[in-house]
Amino acid sequence: MFHHKSFKRAAVAALGGAALTALSLSPGLAPKAAAQGTLRLGMTLADIPVSFGQPDQGFEGFRFMGIMLYDALINWDLSSTGKASGLVPGLAESWEVSKDDPTKWIFHLRKGVVFHDGSEFNADAVIFNFDKLLDKDSPQFSARQGSLVNFRIPSIKSYRKIDDYTVEFTTHEPSSFVPYQLCYILIASPTQWEKTGKDWNEFAKTPSGTGPWKLESLSPRESAEFTPFKAHWNKDLVPKLDKVITIPIPDPNARTAALLSGQVDWIEAPAPDAIPRIESQGFKIVSEVYPHVWSWHLSRVEGSPWNDIRVRKAANLAIDREGIKALLGGYAIPASGHVTPDDPWYGEPTFEIKYDPEAAKALLKEAGFSVDNPVKVKALISASGSGQMLPLPMNEYMQQNLKEVGIDIEFEVTEWNALIDLWRGGAKSPQAMGAGVINVSYTTQDPYSAFTRFLRSDLHAPKGVNWGFYNDPEMDKLLNMASSTFDPVERDKVLAKVHAREVDDAAFIWVVHDVAPRAMSPKVKGYVQSRNWFQSLTPVYME
Amino acid sequence: MFAYIARRVLYVIPIALGVTIIIFGLVHIAPGDPLNAVVPPDAPKETVELLIKAYGFDQPIPIQYLKWLARAVEGDFGISFATGRPVAEAIAGGVVNTLVLAVGAILIGMTLGCLIGAVAGYFQGSWIDKLATGFAIAGVSVPHYWLGLVLVIVFSVEMNMLPAMGMGPGGSKEWAWDAEHMRHLVLPVITLSVIPIGIITRSVRATVAEILTMEFVQTLEAKGLRSRRIFLHVVSNAAPTVLAVAGLQIGYLLGGSILVETVFSWPGTGFLLNDAIFRRDIPLLQGVILVLAMFFVFMNLLVDITQSLIDPRMARS
Repeated sequence: MFHHKSFKRAAVAALGGAALTALSLSPGLAPKAAAQGTLRLGMTLADIPVSFGQPDQGFEGFRFMGIMLYDALINWDLSSTGKASGLVPGLAESWEVSKDDPTKWIFHLRKGVVFHDGSEFNADAVIFNFDKLLDKDSPQFSARQGSLVNFRIPSIKSYRKIDDYTVEFTTHEPSSFVPYQLCYILIASPTQWEKTGKDWNEFAKTPSGTGPWKLESLSPRESAEFTPFKAHWNKDLVPKLDKVITIPIPDPNARTAALLSGQVDWIEAPAPDAIPRIESQGFKIVSEVYPHVWSWHLSRVEGSPWNDIRVRKAANLAIDREGIKALLGGYAIPASGHVTPDDPWYGEPTFEIKYDPEAAKALLKEAGFSVDNPVKVKALISASGSGQMLPLPMNEYMQQNLKEVGIDIEFEVTEWNALIDLWRGGAKSPQAMGAGVINVSYTTQDPYSAFTRFLRSDLHAPKGVNWGFYNDPEMDKLLNMASSTFDPVERDKVLAKVHAREVDDAAFIWVVHDVAPRAMSPKVKGYVQSRNWFQSLTPVYME
Repeated sequence: MFAYIARRVLYVIPIALGVTIIIFGLVHIAPGDPLNAVVPPDAPKETVELLIKAYGFDQPIPIQYLKWLARAVEGDFGISFATGRPVAEAIAGGVVNTLVLAVGAILIGMTLGCLIGAVAGYFQGSWIDKLATGFAIAGVSVPHYWLGLVLVIVFSVEMNMLPAMGMGPGGSKEWAWDAEHMRHLVLPVITLSVIPIGIITRSVRATVAEILTMEFVQTLEAKGLRSRRIFLHVVSNAAPTVLAVAGLQIGYLLGGSILVETVFSWPGTGFLLNDAIFRRDIPLLQGVILVLAMFFVFMNLLVDITQSLIDPRMARS
């Protein structure tokens, strides 16, 4: 039967093919070589991210729109690979916390910076952009832009201009995480907003920031073209390419085919099973560990089996992470905690996370469970979703691993957006259906996103996303100490203690870190894949 | 005849209203927050509520429906949540791009389908018929996306002869009737035309075969008409049925194929709908579905009117 059907399909393909060959071989119809210095890039998104300032569509939106057009007061250092990427001065040359009042931050702005429209960047522009997000009464207030980014600046209480090149921010309480929050706020040109009829949707058509790229044209769902902004304040960040064209190609097979047929020079996230094929045709695969963790977030509400640390540790020891890595074509790093061991926040946990099913069984036996008398847990998972990698096969792999030691997992598979709803609702909400696990992958790019939001006891639903109602007074103390330690080196030491405590407490079941493979033509040169969700296209050139 | 056409046109109004109610209802009973997919997962509840208010989702559903309908009647489908761009503009762009694909597929589907079907019907039982029927069944059974992928693998990846995706070179911004853009059209049009070829072939074959057994054909033969003249009579009798089938196919093609447009990253209505579904962009979703549904309604109207022009018995009944 199979052969019969396959034959029919092949026959149809062959029939079409004969007709095609004539057309495609016509002289003069071969694709023209791409212009020197133009990079054509296939994104995983289905549409071009919005260009009016704060981008939509998550970190890929930041990567291929936000930080191309705009700068923040503080930028990410995207110039190096092999180490965690840190923060560097952007539109602010320097900043300090007031010695008398640690809730006050003074930012000294860079002089001589111009927007793409030629107008000058100054303190008024900074205030204008924060009003856009936070002041409902300002004419430039944009609820949409606020919804995209305000959750990243929870510490900011108020702000004011001190002089043309100095701005002061006041926080609700002393917080050393402020630089990690302000790096997401992109500064758009007030002058251009005036010129485009004071309408952000109009502004989006001819946006103006201070970033290294200018938007040349944007055609929804088709492409966006960027050209270098030669007057960028940092000469090292003036792009080498003549042009970048970003093209939305949401289907991974279509992306791969587009690369292999020479229609694009670079694709994001090729399907893992296509990677050997891509490499065999002479294309490059670039990957680097990402500040990302794929884990199971555990419920700690009353009655949850995870309230017993032996069960949590057993589950962590039952997972064959190398097997899951193989499932992902080798493009993942087995996790031994929330961050990777070479991260400054890793610390010195004593609980070693590895594959040891015998040890897992022993722990479960101690806790009163066995393969015949298993722990029963419901897990909320999705079939797809941003950063979720290959959620179904990975979860099924874990289900099998856990079953072997005496933990029975029942899946409740929901659509990605519905899963996000359940995640926001917290483990106690009736919609969670008594689940003990939720599988949402997390960024670990900044300390708040990596630790505080999941571990601080007051940040559970509806206030935050401590989904499992994790509550450890010692952890609260450490987190507060981290956010009130203003010396970055000292702060990192406290964060390392936070992480070590979290691992020793087996607060999550950590599985893998993504390495974000991207595939590109051998003609693409100069790219440095930084250990960051954001990437810079400025050093890239075409050979 | 005029009364018949007028009656058919009037029928469109309750159908269209029914369609709008169903669309609105379905989109709003979907579980989850309407703004879920357009705000980041971490966005606090207050921010989401502020947006819900700004977009009018805090109002009762019947009120939301009436407001939406009042605007939609004027061609204003609102602003996309996700992009802030007018929905009508997005749909217009998508429809034009889909039309380019659909017209190509319709031309191929109708021509080949009618031709192969008529020949098969005329020579029923012969090897030509068997070949044509086999081809038609294959056409109907083969999954679109699978065929699309195979064509891409063979002609783009392996032979590097035709582009694998997109509407034009380098993420072309708009369609142009030049050789470069035409090359991009080849694979999706062929993929898209296979199903209509199969369906039209089968219905033309069945209709022609059935008509050939009718008494009037024997009468024509007995009168000594040449077979070419008889064939014309058969064709004009088969036309209403074939038109009804072809009309529906045209409706499907104009609606854009989510699968084919996704496989080829062709920015038409199917691609738009896919994006709207995944991002739960409700204004966009409602607008696209409404426009696609109206395509079907008007295609049916057009087919009914054409059928009654060809076969006046229909109008009389």
